[in-house]
Amino acid sequence: MSNAHDLLFRTLADPTRRAIFERLCREGEKTVAALTARAGVSQPVVSKHLAALKRAGLVRDRPEGRQTHYSAQLAALAPLTDWTNEMTGFWENRFDDLEDLLRRMDQ
Amino acid sequence: MNETSTEIRSVVVERDVAFPPEKIWRALTQPHLIEEWLMKNDFKPNVDHRFKLSADWGSVDCRVLEVEPNKTLSYTWDAYGLESVVVWTLTPTSAGTHLRMEQSGFRPDQQQAYVGAQYGWQKFFANLEQVLARAD
Repeated sequence: MSNAHDLLFRTLADPTRRAIFERLCREGEKTVAALTARAGVSQPVVSKHLAALKRAGLVRDRPEGRQTHYSAQLAALAPLTDWTNEMTGFWENRFDDLEDLLRRMDQ
Repeated sequence: MNETSTEIRSVVVERDVAFPPEKIWRALTQPHLIEEWLMKNDFKPNVDHRFKLSADWGSVDCRVLEVEPNKTLSYTWDAYGLESVVVWTLTPTSAGTHLRMEQSGFRPDQQQAYVGAQYGWQKFFANLEQVLARAD
């Protein structure tokens, strides 16, 4: 339990990393290039932050052709939040899956 | 817990989706499609129809409240002592559909620190920063 907390706190302690995560929460799935464009740091630094977020289960990556898309995994914050946030994370993930399905339908 | 209001909380998730309402409606109301993005189910788009959503972690009991094809769908959502209502709203846009999901019915006693539905993040991160500052 508290290990999960520690990892989340440590991972989100860095303000640049937290800003990247927050952008994914607010704006949905993004590529490294799109994230770098407004992060104020270089692409390798953004990639490093994304790797740390991924280790903590806070982001998921989805390769598509040459690009990798990153999305926030709000459910990973559940240990720190309450019912409503947990449900928000649940629904955000369901919306992701619904969009995936809509892309596949009728193809 | 201090005595605060007994107002009902809700969770709102909304997105602009690049597909027409008719297509999204199918994904929201056809059991084999619902299963792909939500859970296994025996859903039927009939008012008062009772259905169950099941996953490996348990199940959710539901009853259809409202069906307005391509516009609105709502059902009750009861699981683990949580009695809530889920309302889907589809609004056509020039680029597709604005899809909105509101789940309401969280009682204050199910809350510890309600952060808000859609953009509670700023407050959440501000709280997190305070915790981190104390943790040093």
